[in-house]
Amino acid sequence: MGFQAVKFYQTGTFTVGNRLLAPDERSLQSVETRSNSINSGHRACQGCGEALGARYAIDAAMAESNNQLIAANATGCLEVFSTPYPESSWQVPWIHSLFGNAAAVATGIAAAMKVKGRPEVRVVAQGGDGGTTDIGFGCLSGMFERNDDVLYICYDNEGYMNTGVQRSSATPPAARTATTMPVGPEPGNVFGQGKNVPEIAMAHGIPYVATATVADLRDLEYKVRKAMKMHGARYIHIFVPCPLGWGTASHDTIRMARMAKESGTFPVFEAEYGEVTGVLKIRHKIPVEEYMKPQRRFAHLFGKNAHPETVARIQAIADRNIRKYGLLEDEGN
Amino acid sequence: MLKQTEGSKAVAEAIALCRPEVICAYPISPQTHIVEALGEMVKSGNLTPCEFINVESEFAAMSVAIGASAAGARAYTATASQGLLFMAEAVYNASGLGLPIVMTVANRAIGAPINIWNDHSDSLSQRDSGWMQLFAETNQEALDLHIQAFRLAEELSMPIMVCMDGFILTHAFERVDMPTQQQVDDYLPPFEPRQVLDPAEPVSIGAMVGPEAFMEVRYLAHAKQMQALELIPQLAAEFKETFGRDSGGLVRSYCIEDAETVIIAMGSILGTIKDVVDEMREAGHKIGVLGIISYRPFPLEQVRAALLGCKRFLVLEKSLAVGMGGIVATDVRMAVSGSGLKGFTAVAGLGGRPIPKSSLHTLFRQAEKEDLPPVTFLDLDWDAVNKQLEREKTTRRSGPAAENILHDKGIVSAKFG
Amino acid sequence: MPNKPFAITLKPGTSLANLTGTWRTTRPVYLDRLPPCNNACPAGENIQGWLFHAESGDYEQAWRVLVQDNPLPAVMGRVCYHPCEGACNRGQLDSPVGINSVERFLGDEAIKLGWKFNAPATASGKKVLVVGAGPSGLSAAYHLARMGHQVEIHEAGPLAGGMMRFGIPKYRLPREVLDAEVQRILDMGVTLKLNTKVENIALSMKQHGFDAAFLAVGAHIGKRTFIPSGDAAHIIDAVSVLRSMEGEDKPMLGRKVIVYGGGNTAIDVARSVKRMGAEPIVVYRRTRDKAPAHDFEIEEALQEGVMIKWLSTIKQADAGAITVEKMALDDKGYPQPTGEFETLEADSVVLALGQDVDLSLLEGVSGLEIVDGTVQVSPNMMTGHPGIFAGGDMVPSERTVTVAVGHGKKAALNINAWLNDATYEPAPKHELAGFDKINPWYYSDADKTVRPMLDIIRRQTSFDEVQGGLDETNALFEARRCLSCGNCFECDNCYGVCPDNAVIKLGPGKRFKFNYDYCKGCGMCATECPCGAIKMVPEET
Repeated sequence: MGFQAVKFYQTGTFTVGNRLLAPDERSLQSVETRSNSINSGHRACQGCGEALGARYAIDAAMAESNNQLIAANATGCLEVFSTPYPESSWQVPWIHSLFGNAAAVATGIAAAMKVKGRPEVRVVAQGGDGGTTDIGFGCLSGMFERNDDVLYICYDNEGYMNTGVQRSSATPPAARTATTMPVGPEPGNVFGQGKNVPEIAMAHGIPYVATATVADLRDLEYKVRKAMKMHGARYIHIFVPCPLGWGTASHDTIRMARMAKESGTFPVFEAEYGEVTGVLKIRHKIPVEEYMKPQRRFAHLFGKNAHPETVARIQAIADRNIRKYGLLEDEGN
Repeated sequence: MLKQTEGSKAVAEAIALCRPEVICAYPISPQTHIVEALGEMVKSGNLTPCEFINVESEFAAMSVAIGASAAGARAYTATASQGLLFMAEAVYNASGLGLPIVMTVANRAIGAPINIWNDHSDSLSQRDSGWMQLFAETNQEALDLHIQAFRLAEELSMPIMVCMDGFILTHAFERVDMPTQQQVDDYLPPFEPRQVLDPAEPVSIGAMVGPEAFMEVRYLAHAKQMQALELIPQLAAEFKETFGRDSGGLVRSYCIEDAETVIIAMGSILGTIKDVVDEMREAGHKIGVLGIISYRPFPLEQVRAALLGCKRFLVLEKSLAVGMGGIVATDVRMAVSGSGLKGFTAVAGLGGRPIPKSSLHTLFRQAEKEDLPPVTFLDLDWDAVNKQLEREKTTRRSGPAAENILHDKGIVSAKFG
Repeated sequence: MPNKPFAITLKPGTSLANLTGTWRTTRPVYLDRLPPCNNACPAGENIQGWLFHAESGDYEQAWRVLVQDNPLPAVMGRVCYHPCEGACNRGQLDSPVGINSVERFLGDEAIKLGWKFNAPATASGKKVLVVGAGPSGLSAAYHLARMGHQVEIHEAGPLAGGMMRFGIPKYRLPREVLDAEVQRILDMGVTLKLNTKVENIALSMKQHGFDAAFLAVGAHIGKRTFIPSGDAAHIIDAVSVLRSMEGEDKPMLGRKVIVYGGGNTAIDVARSVKRMGAEPIVVYRRTRDKAPAHDFEIEEALQEGVMIKWLSTIKQADAGAITVEKMALDDKGYPQPTGEFETLEADSVVLALGQDVDLSLLEGVSGLEIVDGTVQVSPNMMTGHPGIFAGGDMVPSERTVTVAVGHGKKAALNINAWLNDATYEPAPKHELAGFDKINPWYYSDADKTVRPMLDIIRRQTSFDEVQGGLDETNALFEARRCLSCGNCFECDNCYGVCPDNAVIKLGPGKRFKFNYDYCKGCGMCATECPCGAIKMVPEET
């Protein structure tokens, strides 16, 4: 058994940067001259996963497009905290139109750039899970189906946080929200069939679909940069924990995202033209319980009036993800 | 160049002459022929450079137009009726963001009951959306108004609807004088946006504005429409210089100088009204017509000036403010408030109900005699209505009103259920 | 922004006007915590500090940081029982960083490449006598010389090294390694007088005008125990055996050698005589897990064919045989006789029951206090007699080379202070960077590099070094397994994970600082700091 190459370092590629890595091996976020596409002074809550995820993603998109980037933004936390008059945090040309139309607005921008003969200018659309999986779903699907030259980025914090933590179609089963209170015989959100927008995106056969989390920066940057190298409709679904909506500590945002991935709750994968081409394997598998327990939105499932059968159902969903996407390293063979 | 063509085709050609850069469309009757024609022109390479995008809804259509316009492209779309309502949120947004989008509204009733025929309920429902609304009387005017609309919208950086009666104009073959590309180019300079999404000079468009500045933003939208009141006649005058014909403007009067009774209306019905007026004039009636071209901004001064010489007026409108009465009439009354003029409202032609000259003759004569209730429902089948009202009084589950009425009228003979 | 729609269109990046730092209730602060390895090192090495340079492949700088505390890295890398590795946080992830093997690599590199110590500071004009050229004495001499003092070592034996030479077998510490590291110290200008036994310290100091003395005499006198024995029984102590290994005349022990004791010395003797062709049997009264010898040494001895009789005491020694009694542990874990006896062939019995120090040189020195054969010293290593300091085996402490080296350094610091009429105040210790301060996620899974071991046949027949060293590639790998506990290693995590861009990157080697104008105090930087170099503290009101 040989040793790993010298390139190996104590923290491998899991940290943001590293003094020992060559500059081109470091993440964009480690560079002093990164874009900071969302400037300081924005009004996101402490420990906001979406603020972080959006900076990660848009910085990467800016870098890949040589700063020739225009962003369309759905209504939601990201929009509200970044552009309250008279201050904007954005360093890219940016437009907010409505809650449900970011994909279509982006299509219009892309069409404008095409007709004006500016192919170097690239377009991203972005929104939260509400603006993507619910109200913006029609426009999103239309953009996919036409294969418009837009990268759509969904920042999924699993609910309508801006309006006070209501349920969205991305809210997990049993979770407490303001509209799925932990009361009655089946407390929290219903066990629906789920609405897996990355898979729905894949069903459109678009060139690129990927999921990512704020806990896996290198993977996220790789996916955004890869998506930006491609043309046509592309979709990246980024998991961004919300301390406010989930009832987690502000310092635990990345940890939560990591645990979502490591428990199989949130599968991290990429797909081209409808076929999965890669998964980010689980490094240290944990039970869903370990991921859920620090979150107050699941508190009713534990403690005095525990619902172990509900936790078991959620575990079964995670196990299904693990099987379906092959999230564990092959054991034995 | 004179040609016999369908209204929709004429409008499509005029729009093409305006060099739109992004066209997005979702089909809805009676708008379809316009976007079909444009789609073909783009596809065939006759309209270039231009992106024609088949979107999945009217909401998307307006949203794509918003994106394109914000990115500096001349954007156009067309819709009608339900489609306009479906895009309503984006309609308000486009004006709120000050994007000079031009949209044709092929006016059509709004359901339920679903109805594809003409009235003005759709565009009038967007009265307060911040869009300018120009109503065409003829296909020629529809064509001409589109050319003026791009100019007007881009001068003010505000969106504009060009309203033309569905089917009556859109599907009617008429002779039109199609301008040349050179004429249009002379009249309509390339789009120079007030604001644009450009990586060379980033801006953030669409900020969240709180109580500290929201009223000012709204007032500025209003102020722009006030500016439009001055600009519209100027552009019409320029238009005349370039194209050699009268088209557009705020209002257009007919036989009004000595009129004691003035009929006020918008859109294609003005033609029928003028015919009736001609006939009545021949019979010695002192009657005239005031056509309103610019519904928004509403030309209060011009309307007041036109009416001050008469004794009474009748607003004949293809729209109904349910629970109140006239919609256009309300604005007209506002224009003449304090003048002591007697005004009447006639709601007519809803859902494509024909407005025959005979009915107008009767109506106008009643108006002259001031023998009208404040609101008249022209050619309403009172018998059918009363029967239904009676049924509803006696039977809670009296069944669907429209079907009952059709049944009462004998149009439907089979008994349902 | 002229000509842009009022309010709805904004200038980019203008949110800088909004100082979100006012939201903060707790603030992050950078700090250096004490890595567990450093905390555990008896020689006071800044292990994390030198590994930091080794990680970047700057081995000379790593070595230079290392030798600021310990002048004998090549020796250490072989004989230290590396308590640092026992404390290493990485042990809770996979296995501890092979600190000892990297240290050896650095030590060997230094020898190979001829790295020298930096020249001493300007001469102080003070003279210090060091008694004993063992690890403690050499360490003190080195540090004192660096401080500019004139140092003279008086060594009773014929060669320098003390117990490193006469107590540790060659197969663990090749003598050329020891010689090289001793010579490097002498090259600084330290005078070494061999075969110079200090009979009376007070006299020696006075005669030669020493301003201070450091006593570092090793425990060279083997402890005896009473074993009923016949006249012909051949009983000898372990220290003598090991010492004689160094000379020309190898000890005559016969074929069947009984080694009595369970400490490292017992194992060393057994392994040494095994190499000389004998058949050693270690007899120890308790069990393997209670034996003071390091388990890896027992394991290596067993691999080499050393027999060990656990739970046995020698009752009688005769010519050619001994009688052992089986023992059993009682409830409290003490061995109790069972009355069961066994006879073992024995040409000789080596007693490895511990060693004492020859304290005769202290006779007549006033103010000294001697308890249980050791000199009592105050926390500054000074004996009750002003100017006379002591360390290593002479003072009550664990007797290892590493402890001795630590004593030497500590004594040197205090002697230096004393010579300047000052008091040495060690810098306050940083708070410990325990495993709970580490975010282990960020460290790649990488098990410890296993050092090559000498072929078993050669281990049984020669004194060649048993354990090999690392080469450059795997030494680097091993260094890079370091978690850098408690000390920023510029991984950029804080800079990257801050949702408010409130961390300023100061550039290579300069670490980071917080921009408190915008820091909202979410604490993500502290949680996601891999090594625990950020702490959240309550915001001042």
